[in-house]
Amino acid sequence: MNAAVIEVNKVSKSFGGVVANHEVSLAVPEGRITGLIGPNGSGKTTLFNSIVGYHPIDAGSIKFQGEEISNLNVQRIARLGLVRTFQQTRIYGKMNCLENMRISIAHRNAAWRDMFADYSPTIVERAEHLLEFVGLYAKRNLVAGSLSFGQQKLLEFAMALMNEPKVLLLDEPTAGINPTLINGLIDRLQRANSDFGITMFIVEHNMRVIMNMAEHIYCLAHGELLAEGPPATIQNDKRVIDAYLGAH
Amino acid sequence: MSRNSIILHCAILAAGIVAPLLFPGLVFQFAMLWIMILFALTWDVLGGQMGYNSLGNILFFGFGMYICAITQIGMFYNVAEYTAAFGAIKVDFTDQQYYVGLALGLVLAAVACALVAALLSWVLFGLRGPYFAIGTLGAALAAAELTGAWNYVGGGGGISMPVFPGEPGVRSLFFYSLCMAASIACYFFLRWLYGTRFGLALNAIRDDEDKAEAMGLHTNRYKMVAWSISAFFLGIVGGLFGNMTGFIEPMEVAYPTLTFGIFMVAMTLLGGKGTLWGPVIGATLFHVVKEVTWTYLLGWQYVALGLLIIVNVVYFQQGIMGWMQERWPQRFGLVVDSEGAVASRENAP
Repeated sequence: MNAAVIEVNKVSKSFGGVVANHEVSLAVPEGRITGLIGPNGSGKTTLFNSIVGYHPIDAGSIKFQGEEISNLNVQRIARLGLVRTFQQTRIYGKMNCLENMRISIAHRNAAWRDMFADYSPTIVERAEHLLEFVGLYAKRNLVAGSLSFGQQKLLEFAMALMNEPKVLLLDEPTAGINPTLINGLIDRLQRANSDFGITMFIVEHNMRVIMNMAEHIYCLAHGELLAEGPPATIQNDKRVIDAYLGAH
Repeated sequence: MSRNSIILHCAILAAGIVAPLLFPGLVFQFAMLWIMILFALTWDVLGGQMGYNSLGNILFFGFGMYICAITQIGMFYNVAEYTAAFGAIKVDFTDQQYYVGLALGLVLAAVACALVAALLSWVLFGLRGPYFAIGTLGAALAAAELTGAWNYVGGGGGISMPVFPGEPGVRSLFFYSLCMAASIACYFFLRWLYGTRFGLALNAIRDDEDKAEAMGLHTNRYKMVAWSISAFFLGIVGGLFGNMTGFIEPMEVAYPTLTFGIFMVAMTLLGGKGTLWGPVIGATLFHVVKEVTWTYLLGWQYVALGLLIIVNVVYFQQGIMGWMQERWPQRFGLVVDSEGAVASRENAP
Protein backbone atom coordinates (compact mmCIF):
# COMPACT_ATOMS: atom_id res chain seq x y z
CA MET A 1 0.00 0.00 0.00
CA ASN A 2 1.24 3.49 -0.84
CA ALA A 3 1.88 6.02 1.87
CA ALA A 4 -1.30 7.53 3.26
CA VAL A 5 -1.91 11.05 2.05
CA ILE A 6 -4.90 11.58 4.36
CA GLU A 7 -4.81 10.02 7.82
CA VAL A 8 -7.94 10.28 9.91
CA ASN A 9 -7.32 9.19 13.47
CA LYS A 10 -10.16 8.63 15.97
CA VAL A 11 -12.19 11.60 14.78
CA SER A 12 -15.40 12.32 16.69
CA LYS A 13 -18.01 14.92 15.87
CA SER A 14 -21.39 15.53 17.48
CA PHE A 15 -24.10 18.04 16.70
CA GLY A 16 -25.82 18.68 20.02
CA GLY A 17 -26.76 15.22 21.22
CA VAL A 18 -26.41 13.57 17.84
CA VAL A 19 -23.16 11.71 17.41
CA ALA A 20 -22.37 11.97 13.70
CA ASN A 21 -18.88 10.45 13.84
CA HIS A 22 -17.49 8.39 16.69
CA GLU A 23 -13.76 7.64 16.72
CA VAL A 24 -13.51 7.09 13.00
CA SER A 25 -10.07 6.18 11.72
CA LEU A 26 -9.13 5.65 8.12
CA ALA A 27 -6.34 6.28 5.66
CA VAL A 28 -6.38 7.32 2.01
CA PRO A 29 -3.34 6.00 0.16
CA GLU A 30 -1.62 8.27 -2.32
CA GLY A 31 -2.44 7.87 -5.98
CA ARG A 32 -5.33 5.48 -5.42
CA ILE A 33 -9.09 5.69 -5.45
CA THR A 34 -10.63 5.03 -2.06
CA GLY A 35 -14.35 4.70 -1.41
CA LEU A 36 -16.55 5.61 1.51
CA ILE A 37 -19.99 4.03 1.71
CA GLY A 38 -22.69 3.70 4.29
CA PRO A 39 -26.45 4.02 4.65
CA ASN A 40 -28.11 7.43 4.77
CA GLY A 41 -27.26 9.30 7.94
CA SER A 42 -24.22 7.20 8.70
CA GLY A 43 -21.95 10.24 8.87
CA LYS A 44 -20.18 10.18 5.51
CA THR A 45 -20.72 13.81 4.64
CA THR A 46 -19.90 14.87 8.21
CA LEU A 47 -16.57 13.10 7.92
CA PHE A 48 -15.95 14.83 4.57
CA ASN A 49 -16.79 18.19 6.08
CA SER A 50 -14.45 17.50 8.99
CA ILE A 51 -11.59 16.65 6.65
CA VAL A 52 -11.97 19.80 4.52
CA GLY A 53 -12.28 22.01 7.60
CA TYR A 54 -15.91 22.97 7.18
CA HIS A 55 -16.46 22.58 10.91
CA PRO A 56 -14.14 21.91 13.85
CA ILE A 57 -13.91 18.36 15.13
CA ASP A 58 -14.54 17.38 18.75
CA ALA A 59 -11.67 14.93 19.11
CA GLY A 60 -9.06 13.12 17.08
CA SER A 61 -6.63 14.19 14.42
CA ILE A 62 -6.67 14.62 10.67
CA LYS A 63 -3.39 14.71 8.79
CA PHE A 64 -2.78 15.66 5.19
CA GLN A 65 0.66 14.68 3.89
CA GLY A 66 1.77 14.27 7.48
CA GLU A 67 0.62 17.75 8.50
CA GLU A 68 -2.16 18.28 11.02
CA ILE A 69 -5.03 20.09 9.27
CA SER A 70 -7.92 19.74 11.71
CA ASN A 71 -7.26 23.26 13.00
CA LEU A 72 -7.11 24.94 9.57
CA ASN A 73 -10.02 26.65 7.84
CA VAL A 74 -11.57 25.63 4.54
CA GLN A 75 -9.56 27.98 2.36
CA ARG A 76 -6.19 27.03 3.85
CA ILE A 77 -6.92 23.33 3.42
CA ALA A 78 -8.08 23.86 -0.16
CA ARG A 79 -4.86 25.73 -0.89
CA LEU A 80 -2.85 22.77 0.42
CA GLY A 81 -4.30 20.80 -2.48
CA LEU A 82 -7.23 19.06 -0.82
CA VAL A 83 -10.27 19.99 -2.87
CA ARG A 84 -13.83 18.78 -2.48
CA THR A 85 -16.93 18.76 -4.63
CA PHE A 86 -20.39 19.09 -3.16
CA GLN A 87 -23.29 16.70 -2.93
CA GLN A 88 -25.56 19.50 -4.11
CA THR A 89 -23.54 20.61 -7.08
CA ARG A 90 -22.09 24.07 -6.67
CA ILE A 91 -20.90 26.17 -9.55
CA TYR A 92 -20.91 29.92 -10.17
CA GLY A 93 -24.34 30.12 -11.79
CA LYS A 94 -24.24 33.54 -13.42
CA MET A 95 -20.77 33.18 -14.93
CA ASN A 96 -20.07 31.26 -18.11
CA CYS A 97 -18.24 27.93 -18.10
CA LEU A 98 -14.88 29.38 -19.11
CA GLU A 99 -15.11 32.02 -16.39
CA ASN A 100 -15.98 29.30 -13.89
CA MET A 101 -12.86 27.47 -14.98
CA ARG A 102 -10.57 30.50 -15.01
CA ILE A 103 -11.37 31.54 -11.46
CA SER A 104 -10.87 27.95 -10.31
CA ILE A 105 -7.12 27.93 -10.84
CA ALA A 106 -5.04 26.97 -7.85
CA HIS A 107 -4.60 29.86 -5.43
CA ARG A 108 -1.81 28.08 -3.61
CA ASN A 109 0.89 30.69 -4.20
CA ALA A 110 -1.36 33.65 -4.98
CA ALA A 111 0.28 36.89 -3.84
CA TRP A 112 -1.68 40.08 -3.22
CA ARG A 113 -0.79 41.51 -6.60
CA ASP A 114 -2.07 38.37 -8.32
CA MET A 115 -5.56 39.63 -7.55
CA PHE A 116 -5.14 42.02 -10.45
CA ALA A 117 -3.46 39.55 -12.77
CA ASP A 118 -4.65 38.86 -16.27
CA TYR A 119 -5.31 35.35 -17.37
CA SER A 120 -2.40 34.00 -19.33
CA PRO A 121 -3.11 32.12 -22.58
CA THR A 122 -1.79 29.01 -20.83
CA ILE A 123 -4.58 29.19 -18.27
CA VAL A 124 -7.26 29.72 -20.90
CA GLU A 125 -5.84 26.86 -22.94
CA ARG A 126 -5.85 24.54 -19.94
CA ALA A 127 -9.42 25.57 -19.08
CA GLU A 128 -10.53 24.77 -22.62
CA HIS A 129 -8.63 21.51 -22.58
CA LEU A 130 -10.31 20.40 -19.35
CA LEU A 131 -13.73 21.43 -20.63
CA GLU A 132 -13.00 19.29 -23.64
CA PHE A 133 -12.00 16.48 -21.27
CA VAL A 134 -15.42 16.50 -19.57
CA GLY A 135 -17.25 17.12 -22.84
CA LEU A 136 -18.39 20.66 -22.20
CA TYR A 137 -16.17 22.45 -24.72
CA ALA A 138 -19.12 23.22 -27.00
CA LYS A 139 -20.82 24.94 -24.07
CA ARG A 140 -17.84 26.90 -22.83
CA ASN A 141 -19.49 30.28 -23.37
CA LEU A 142 -22.84 29.34 -21.89
CA VAL A 143 -23.87 30.70 -18.53
CA ALA A 144 -23.22 27.85 -16.11
CA GLY A 145 -26.60 28.18 -14.41
CA SER A 146 -28.32 27.30 -17.67
CA LEU A 147 -26.66 23.88 -17.90
CA SER A 148 -28.49 20.72 -16.92
CA PHE A 149 -27.78 19.20 -13.51
CA GLY A 150 -25.55 16.51 -14.97
CA GLN A 151 -23.59 19.04 -16.97
CA GLN A 152 -23.15 21.16 -13.88
CA LYS A 153 -21.69 18.12 -12.13
CA LEU A 154 -19.23 17.69 -14.99
CA LEU A 155 -18.36 21.38 -14.83
CA GLU A 156 -17.80 21.16 -11.09
CA PHE A 157 -15.50 18.21 -11.68
CA ALA A 158 -13.59 20.11 -14.35
CA MET A 159 -13.28 23.09 -11.99
CA ALA A 160 -11.85 20.80 -9.34
CA LEU A 161 -9.27 19.50 -11.84
CA MET A 162 -8.43 23.08 -12.84
CA ASN A 163 -7.43 23.64 -9.21
CA GLU A 164 -4.67 21.03 -9.63
CA PRO A 165 -5.52 19.20 -6.42
CA LYS A 166 -3.38 16.50 -4.88
CA VAL A 167 -6.44 14.85 -3.44
CA LEU A 168 -10.00 15.17 -4.65
CA LEU A 169 -12.86 14.48 -2.27
CA LEU A 170 -15.98 13.73 -4.25
CA ASP A 171 -19.32 13.73 -2.47
CA GLU A 172 -21.64 11.49 -4.50
CA PRO A 173 -20.31 12.37 -7.94
CA THR A 174 -22.94 10.35 -9.78
CA ALA A 175 -26.03 11.29 -7.76
CA GLY A 176 -28.78 12.60 -9.97
CA ILE A 177 -27.01 11.90 -13.23
CA ASN A 178 -28.63 9.77 -15.90
CA PRO A 179 -27.13 6.28 -16.42
CA THR A 180 -25.58 7.07 -19.80
CA LEU A 181 -23.71 10.01 -18.40
CA ILE A 182 -22.55 7.95 -15.39
CA ASN A 183 -20.39 5.71 -17.55
CA GLY A 184 -18.72 8.72 -19.09
CA LEU A 185 -18.14 10.22 -15.66
CA ILE A 186 -16.63 7.01 -14.25
CA ASP A 187 -14.28 6.88 -17.19
CA ARG A 188 -13.22 10.49 -16.62
CA LEU A 189 -12.73 10.02 -12.91
CA GLN A 190 -10.51 7.04 -13.57
CA ARG A 191 -8.55 8.94 -16.19
CA ALA A 192 -8.09 11.86 -13.82
CA ASN A 193 -6.66 9.37 -11.37
CA SER A 194 -4.41 7.54 -13.80
CA ASP A 195 -3.41 10.39 -16.16
CA PHE A 196 -3.17 13.29 -13.72
CA GLY A 197 -2.18 11.20 -10.69
CA ILE A 198 -4.89 12.67 -8.48
CA THR A 199 -5.70 10.70 -5.34
CA MET A 200 -9.43 10.30 -4.88
CA PHE A 201 -11.67 9.74 -1.91
CA ILE A 202 -15.24 9.18 -2.99
CA VAL A 203 -18.53 9.02 -1.13
CA GLU A 204 -20.93 7.08 -3.28
CA HIS A 205 -24.30 5.41 -2.97
CA ASN A 206 -24.22 3.74 -6.35
CA MET A 207 -22.64 0.37 -5.54
CA ARG A 208 -21.94 -0.49 -9.15
CA VAL A 209 -19.90 2.69 -9.49
CA ILE A 210 -17.92 2.48 -6.28
CA MET A 211 -17.21 -1.27 -6.51
CA ASN A 212 -15.80 -0.75 -10.00
CA MET A 213 -13.68 2.23 -9.18
CA ALA A 214 -12.33 1.99 -5.67
CA GLU A 215 -9.44 -0.22 -4.68
CA HIS A 216 -10.26 0.02 -1.03
CA ILE A 217 -13.57 0.79 0.62
CA TYR A 218 -14.55 1.98 4.07
CA CYS A 219 -18.09 1.48 5.29
CA LEU A 220 -19.65 3.69 7.96
CA ALA A 221 -22.79 2.93 9.93
CA HIS A 222 -24.25 4.95 12.77
CA GLY A 223 -21.21 7.19 12.75
CA GLU A 224 -18.73 4.39 13.32
CA LEU A 225 -16.44 2.49 11.02
CA LEU A 226 -18.16 -0.80 10.33
CA ALA A 227 -15.93 -2.52 7.84
CA GLU A 228 -13.08 -1.94 5.43
CA GLY A 229 -11.37 -3.82 2.68
CA PRO A 230 -11.23 -4.35 -1.05
CA PRO A 231 -14.58 -4.22 -2.89
CA ALA A 232 -14.94 -7.99 -3.08
CA THR A 233 -14.62 -8.34 0.70
CA ILE A 234 -17.01 -5.47 1.40
CA GLN A 235 -19.59 -6.83 -1.01
CA ASN A 236 -19.75 -10.09 0.87
CA ASP A 237 -19.48 -8.69 4.37
CA LYS A 238 -22.60 -9.62 6.26
CA ARG A 239 -22.39 -6.60 8.56
CA VAL A 240 -22.37 -4.23 5.56
CA ILE A 241 -25.36 -5.93 3.98
CA ASP A 242 -27.22 -5.84 7.28
CA ALA A 243 -26.45 -2.15 7.74
CA TYR A 244 -27.86 -1.35 4.34
CA LEU A 245 -30.94 -3.50 4.83
CA GLY A 246 -31.56 -1.99 8.24
CA ALA A 247 -30.90 -5.01 10.45
CA HIS A 248 -29.35 -2.79 13.15
CA MET B 1 -12.49 48.84 -27.44
CA SER B 2 -14.65 48.69 -30.51
CA ARG B 3 -15.17 51.70 -32.75
CA ASN B 4 -18.72 52.30 -31.50
CA SER B 5 -17.49 52.11 -27.95
CA ILE B 6 -14.82 54.74 -28.60
CA ILE B 7 -17.37 57.03 -30.23
CA LEU B 8 -19.71 56.62 -27.26
CA HIS B 9 -16.97 57.40 -24.75
CA CYS B 10 -15.86 60.47 -26.73
CA ALA B 11 -19.45 61.69 -27.03
CA ILE B 12 -19.95 61.47 -23.28
CA LEU B 13 -16.65 63.23 -22.68
CA ALA B 14 -17.61 66.00 -25.12
CA ALA B 15 -21.03 66.39 -23.50
CA GLY B 16 -19.32 66.58 -20.11
CA ILE B 17 -17.11 69.43 -21.33
CA VAL B 18 -19.73 71.35 -23.30
CA ALA B 19 -22.75 71.05 -20.98
CA PRO B 20 -21.51 73.31 -18.16
CA LEU B 21 -20.42 75.96 -20.70
CA LEU B 22 -23.81 75.94 -22.41
CA PHE B 23 -25.83 75.99 -19.19
CA PRO B 24 -23.78 77.91 -16.63
CA GLY B 25 -26.75 78.00 -14.26
CA LEU B 26 -26.81 74.23 -13.96
CA VAL B 27 -23.13 73.58 -13.26
CA PHE B 28 -23.78 72.47 -9.69
CA GLN B 29 -26.44 70.01 -10.90
CA PHE B 30 -24.06 68.67 -13.54
CA ALA B 31 -21.35 68.24 -10.92
CA MET B 32 -23.86 66.39 -8.76
CA LEU B 33 -24.59 64.11 -11.70
CA TRP B 34 -20.95 63.06 -11.86
CA ILE B 35 -20.99 62.50 -8.11
CA MET B 36 -24.14 60.39 -8.44
CA ILE B 37 -22.51 58.31 -11.17
CA LEU B 38 -19.54 57.73 -8.91
CA PHE B 39 -21.88 56.81 -6.03
CA ALA B 40 -23.59 54.19 -8.16
CA LEU B 41 -20.35 52.85 -9.66
CA THR B 42 -18.74 52.40 -6.26
CA TRP B 43 -21.86 50.90 -4.69
CA ASP B 44 -22.02 48.35 -7.47
CA VAL B 45 -18.55 46.99 -6.67
CA LEU B 46 -19.96 45.29 -3.59
CA GLY B 47 -23.69 45.39 -4.21
CA GLY B 48 -23.70 44.27 -7.81
CA GLN B 49 -20.46 42.50 -8.58
CA MET B 50 -19.86 40.87 -5.19
CA GLY B 51 -23.43 40.43 -3.94
CA TYR B 52 -22.92 42.27 -0.64
CA ASN B 53 -25.57 44.94 -0.22
CA SER B 54 -24.06 47.72 1.81
CA LEU B 55 -26.34 50.42 3.15
CA GLY B 56 -23.46 52.20 4.81
CA ASN B 57 -21.18 53.24 1.95
CA ILE B 58 -22.13 56.84 2.70
CA LEU B 59 -19.83 56.49 5.71
CA PHE B 60 -16.80 56.92 3.45
CA PHE B 61 -18.34 59.95 1.77
CA GLY B 62 -18.71 61.69 5.13
CA PHE B 63 -15.44 60.45 6.52
CA GLY B 64 -13.57 61.66 3.44
CA MET B 65 -15.31 65.00 3.71
CA TYR B 66 -14.16 65.50 7.29
CA ILE B 67 -10.62 64.24 6.66
CA CYS B 68 -10.31 66.65 3.74
CA ALA B 69 -11.71 69.56 5.77
CA ILE B 70 -9.46 68.89 8.76
CA THR B 71 -6.43 68.66 6.49
CA GLN B 72 -7.27 71.88 4.66
CA ILE B 73 -7.72 73.80 7.89
CA GLY B 74 -5.24 71.96 10.11
CA MET B 75 -2.29 72.54 7.80
CA PHE B 76 -2.40 76.26 8.53
CA TYR B 77 -4.57 76.83 11.63
CA ASN B 78 -5.60 75.24 14.86
CA VAL B 79 -8.63 73.14 13.98
CA ALA B 80 -10.20 73.30 17.45
CA GLU B 81 -10.04 77.12 17.51
CA TYR B 82 -11.35 77.32 13.98
CA THR B 83 -14.35 75.09 14.61
CA ALA B 84 -15.10 76.56 18.05
CA ALA B 85 -15.74 79.93 16.38
CA PHE B 86 -18.47 78.37 14.16
CA GLY B 87 -17.41 80.42 11.19
CA ALA B 88 -17.46 83.67 13.16
CA ILE B 89 -13.74 84.24 12.71
CA LYS B 90 -12.68 85.25 9.29
CA VAL B 91 -9.71 83.18 8.24
CA ASP B 92 -8.01 84.05 5.00
CA PHE B 93 -6.21 81.30 3.20
CA THR B 94 -3.78 82.38 0.54
CA ASP B 95 -4.30 80.94 -2.93
CA GLN B 96 -1.38 78.62 -2.48
CA GLN B 97 -2.54 77.49 0.95
CA TYR B 98 -6.00 76.76 -0.44
CA TYR B 99 -4.89 74.66 -3.39
CA VAL B 100 -2.16 72.80 -1.51
CA GLY B 101 -4.58 72.10 1.34
CA LEU B 102 -7.27 70.88 -1.03
CA ALA B 103 -4.93 68.63 -2.98
CA LEU B 104 -3.43 67.09 0.11
CA GLY B 105 -6.86 66.87 1.75
CA LEU B 106 -8.31 64.91 -1.16
CA VAL B 107 -5.38 62.50 -1.22
CA LEU B 108 -5.54 61.93 2.52
CA ALA B 109 -9.33 61.53 2.39
CA ALA B 110 -9.02 58.82 -0.24
CA VAL B 111 -6.27 56.93 1.57
CA ALA B 112 -7.86 57.26 5.01
CA CYS B 113 -11.21 56.01 3.69
CA ALA B 114 -9.55 53.01 2.07
CA LEU B 115 -7.87 52.20 5.40
CA VAL B 116 -11.11 52.59 7.34
CA ALA B 117 -12.83 50.26 4.89
CA ALA B 118 -10.07 47.71 5.38
CA LEU B 119 -10.47 47.93 9.16
CA LEU B 120 -14.26 47.75 9.04
CA SER B 121 -14.12 44.76 6.74
CA TRP B 122 -12.54 42.74 9.56
CA VAL B 123 -15.71 43.17 11.54
CA LEU B 124 -18.49 43.53 9.00
CA PHE B 125 -17.62 40.85 6.46
CA GLY B 126 -18.37 38.29 9.15
CA LEU B 127 -21.98 39.18 8.32
CA ARG B 128 -23.79 38.02 5.24
CA GLY B 129 -27.00 38.90 3.41
CA PRO B 130 -29.40 41.26 5.21
CA TYR B 131 -27.21 41.24 8.31
CA PHE B 132 -24.40 42.84 6.34
CA ALA B 133 -26.82 45.52 5.09
CA ILE B 134 -27.98 46.30 8.63
CA GLY B 135 -24.44 46.16 10.01
CA THR B 136 -23.14 48.67 7.47
CA LEU B 137 -26.15 50.92 7.99
CA GLY B 138 -25.38 50.86 11.71
CA ALA B 139 -21.76 51.78 11.03
CA ALA B 140 -22.83 54.81 8.96
CA LEU B 141 -25.33 56.00 11.57
CA ALA B 142 -22.77 55.53 14.33
CA ALA B 143 -20.21 57.53 12.35
CA ALA B 144 -22.68 60.40 12.02
CA GLU B 145 -23.47 60.36 15.75
CA LEU B 146 -19.82 60.14 16.76
CA THR B 147 -18.88 63.03 14.51
CA GLY B 148 -21.79 65.05 15.92
CA ALA B 149 -20.50 64.49 19.43
CA TRP B 150 -16.89 65.40 18.66
CA ASN B 151 -16.25 69.06 19.39
CA TYR B 152 -12.82 69.15 17.81
CA VAL B 153 -14.49 68.95 14.40
CA GLY B 154 -17.30 71.27 15.40
CA GLY B 155 -19.74 68.60 16.57
CA GLY B 156 -23.28 69.04 15.31
CA GLY B 157 -22.50 72.67 14.50
CA GLY B 158 -20.30 71.68 11.60
CA ILE B 159 -17.40 73.41 9.88
CA SER B 160 -17.38 76.35 7.49
CA MET B 161 -15.02 75.36 4.72
CA PRO B 162 -12.17 77.60 3.53
CA VAL B 163 -13.39 79.99 0.87
CA PHE B 164 -12.40 79.38 -2.74
CA PRO B 165 -10.00 82.10 -3.92
CA GLY B 166 -11.72 83.13 -7.11
CA GLU B 167 -14.93 84.14 -8.91
CA PRO B 168 -18.06 82.07 -8.13
CA GLY B 169 -18.32 81.05 -11.81
CA VAL B 170 -14.75 79.82 -11.82
CA ARG B 171 -15.33 78.05 -8.52
CA SER B 172 -18.24 75.98 -9.78
CA LEU B 173 -16.40 75.07 -12.99
CA PHE B 174 -13.32 74.15 -10.95
CA PHE B 175 -15.23 71.71 -8.76
CA TYR B 176 -17.26 70.48 -11.69
CA SER B 177 -14.05 69.49 -13.47
CA LEU B 178 -12.73 67.69 -10.41
CA CYS B 179 -15.99 65.75 -9.93
CA MET B 180 -15.99 64.80 -13.59
CA ALA B 181 -12.36 63.71 -13.41
CA ALA B 182 -12.98 61.62 -10.28
CA SER B 183 -15.97 59.92 -11.83
CA ILE B 184 -14.23 59.19 -15.12
CA ALA B 185 -11.15 57.89 -13.30
CA CYS B 186 -13.40 55.63 -11.23
CA TYR B 187 -15.14 54.35 -14.35
CA PHE B 188 -11.94 53.46 -16.16
CA PHE B 189 -10.40 51.95 -13.06
CA LEU B 190 -13.39 49.66 -12.54
CA ARG B 191 -13.53 48.87 -16.23
CA TRP B 192 -9.96 47.63 -16.02
CA LEU B 193 -10.53 45.92 -12.66
CA TYR B 194 -13.50 43.87 -13.85
CA GLY B 195 -11.39 42.53 -16.68
CA THR B 196 -8.76 41.07 -14.36
CA ARG B 197 -8.92 38.09 -12.03
CA PHE B 198 -10.42 40.47 -9.48
CA GLY B 199 -13.66 40.82 -11.43
CA LEU B 200 -14.15 37.07 -11.71
CA ALA B 201 -13.33 36.59 -8.03
CA LEU B 202 -15.99 39.14 -7.04
CA ASN B 203 -18.54 37.39 -9.24
CA ALA B 204 -17.56 34.03 -7.78
CA ILE B 205 -18.15 35.35 -4.26
CA ARG B 206 -21.53 36.69 -5.39
CA ASP B 207 -22.61 33.42 -7.00
CA ASP B 208 -21.47 31.05 -4.24
CA GLU B 209 -19.13 32.21 -1.52
CA ASP B 210 -18.89 28.79 0.15
CA LYS B 211 -17.82 27.27 -3.13
CA ALA B 212 -15.22 30.00 -3.63
CA GLU B 213 -13.83 29.23 -0.17
CA ALA B 214 -13.81 25.51 -0.89
CA MET B 215 -11.77 26.24 -4.02
CA GLY B 216 -9.17 28.07 -1.95
CA LEU B 217 -9.96 31.60 -3.14
CA HIS B 218 -8.69 34.29 -0.75
CA THR B 219 -12.22 35.59 -0.27
CA ASN B 220 -11.43 37.85 2.69
CA ARG B 221 -8.65 39.50 0.76
CA TYR B 222 -10.88 40.22 -2.22
CA LYS B 223 -13.73 41.52 -0.09
CA MET B 224 -11.45 43.83 1.83
CA VAL B 225 -9.76 45.28 -1.25
CA ALA B 226 -13.09 45.65 -3.07
CA TRP B 227 -14.54 47.72 -0.27
CA SER B 228 -11.37 49.76 0.05
CA ILE B 229 -11.54 50.62 -3.64
CA SER B 230 -15.12 51.86 -3.21
CA ALA B 231 -14.11 53.83 -0.13
CA PHE B 232 -11.10 55.36 -1.90
CA PHE B 233 -13.24 57.01 -4.59
CA LEU B 234 -16.04 57.91 -2.17
CA GLY B 235 -13.48 59.65 0.04
CA ILE B 236 -12.34 61.85 -2.85
CA VAL B 237 -15.83 62.82 -3.85
CA GLY B 238 -16.74 63.44 -0.20
CA GLY B 239 -13.89 65.92 0.08
CA LEU B 240 -15.03 67.63 -3.11
CA PHE B 241 -18.67 67.82 -2.07
CA GLY B 242 -17.74 69.41 1.27
CA ASN B 243 -15.88 72.16 -0.58
CA MET B 244 -18.69 72.62 -3.09
CA THR B 245 -21.33 73.22 -0.42
CA GLY B 246 -18.94 75.35 1.65
CA PHE B 247 -20.33 74.14 4.96
CA ILE B 248 -20.28 70.65 6.38
CA GLU B 249 -22.09 69.06 9.31
CA PRO B 250 -22.64 65.40 10.20
CA MET B 251 -26.34 64.70 9.60
CA GLU B 252 -27.45 66.31 6.35
CA VAL B 253 -24.21 66.98 4.50
CA ALA B 254 -21.62 64.41 5.51
CA TYR B 255 -23.60 61.27 6.35
CA PRO B 256 -26.98 61.65 4.58
CA THR B 257 -27.90 57.99 5.04
CA LEU B 258 -31.50 58.50 4.01
CA THR B 259 -30.84 60.50 0.86
CA PHE B 260 -27.49 59.85 -0.83
CA GLY B 261 -27.06 56.61 1.10
CA ILE B 262 -30.28 55.21 -0.34
CA PHE B 263 -29.88 56.91 -3.73
CA MET B 264 -26.69 54.91 -4.32
CA VAL B 265 -28.65 51.69 -4.03
CA ALA B 266 -31.69 52.90 -5.94
CA MET B 267 -29.64 54.25 -8.85
CA THR B 268 -27.67 51.04 -9.23
CA LEU B 269 -30.80 48.88 -9.13
CA LEU B 270 -32.48 51.14 -11.66
CA GLY B 271 -29.61 50.92 -14.10
CA GLY B 272 -28.94 47.24 -13.53
CA LYS B 273 -26.58 45.96 -10.89
CA GLY B 274 -23.55 43.88 -11.67
CA THR B 275 -22.87 45.68 -14.94
CA LEU B 276 -20.43 48.48 -15.69
CA TRP B 277 -22.87 50.70 -17.54
CA GLY B 278 -25.91 50.02 -15.36
CA PRO B 279 -24.82 52.35 -12.56
CA VAL B 280 -23.95 55.09 -15.07
CA ILE B 281 -27.31 54.90 -16.82
CA GLY B 282 -29.22 54.47 -13.58
CA ALA B 283 -27.54 57.43 -11.92
CA THR B 284 -28.17 59.69 -14.91
CA LEU B 285 -31.83 58.78 -15.19
CA PHE B 286 -32.40 58.96 -11.46
CA HIS B 287 -30.68 62.31 -11.15
CA VAL B 288 -32.67 63.80 -14.01
CA VAL B 289 -35.96 62.52 -12.57
CA LYS B 290 -34.96 63.80 -9.15
CA GLU B 291 -34.04 67.29 -10.38
CA VAL B 292 -37.15 67.57 -12.56
CA THR B 293 -39.51 66.53 -9.75
CA TRP B 294 -37.68 68.80 -7.31
CA THR B 295 -38.29 71.68 -9.71
CA TYR B 296 -41.80 71.01 -10.96
CA LEU B 297 -43.42 68.78 -8.34
CA LEU B 298 -42.08 70.32 -5.18
CA GLY B 299 -43.75 68.69 -2.22
CA TRP B 300 -44.32 65.50 -4.19
CA GLN B 301 -40.71 64.82 -5.08
CA TYR B 302 -40.25 61.99 -2.61
CA VAL B 303 -43.53 60.42 -3.68
CA ALA B 304 -42.29 60.43 -7.25
CA LEU B 305 -38.90 58.98 -6.28
CA GLY B 306 -40.57 56.40 -4.06
CA LEU B 307 -42.81 55.33 -6.92
CA LEU B 308 -39.80 54.99 -9.20
CA ILE B 309 -38.04 52.80 -6.64
CA ILE B 310 -41.13 50.64 -6.00
CA VAL B 311 -41.78 50.06 -9.69
CA ASN B 312 -38.08 49.26 -10.13
CA VAL B 313 -37.91 46.77 -7.28
CA VAL B 314 -41.26 45.06 -7.83
CA TYR B 315 -41.60 44.93 -11.62
CA PHE B 316 -38.17 45.60 -13.00
CA GLN B 317 -35.62 43.99 -10.73
CA GLN B 318 -33.00 43.37 -13.38
CA GLY B 319 -32.73 47.11 -14.11
CA ILE B 320 -32.24 48.74 -17.48
CA MET B 321 -28.98 47.02 -18.40
CA GLY B 322 -30.25 43.70 -17.07
CA TRP B 323 -33.35 44.04 -19.19
CA MET B 324 -31.31 44.88 -22.27
CA GLN B 325 -29.07 41.86 -21.68
CA GLU B 326 -32.12 39.62 -21.51
CA ARG B 327 -33.56 41.20 -24.61
CA TRP B 328 -30.42 41.16 -26.76
CA PRO B 329 -28.04 38.65 -25.14
CA GLN B 330 -25.80 38.28 -28.19
CA ARG B 331 -24.99 41.96 -28.17
CA PHE B 332 -23.52 41.57 -24.71
CA GLY B 333 -21.41 38.57 -25.60
CA LEU B 334 -23.73 36.16 -23.79
CA VAL B 335 -24.41 32.90 -25.53
CA VAL B 336 -27.75 31.19 -25.25
CA ASP B 337 -28.48 27.58 -25.99
CA SER B 338 -30.82 27.89 -28.94
CA GLU B 339 -31.37 24.20 -29.49
CA GLY B 340 -31.66 21.73 -26.65
CA ALA B 341 -30.07 19.14 -28.93
CA VAL B 342 -26.58 20.30 -28.00
CA ALA B 343 -27.22 19.05 -24.51
CA SER B 344 -27.09 15.42 -25.47
CA ARG B 345 -23.97 15.57 -27.59
CA GLU B 346 -21.59 14.72 -24.80
CA ASN B 347 -23.55 11.63 -23.86
CA ALA B 348 -22.11 9.92 -26.88
CA PRO B 349 -18.99 7.94 -25.97
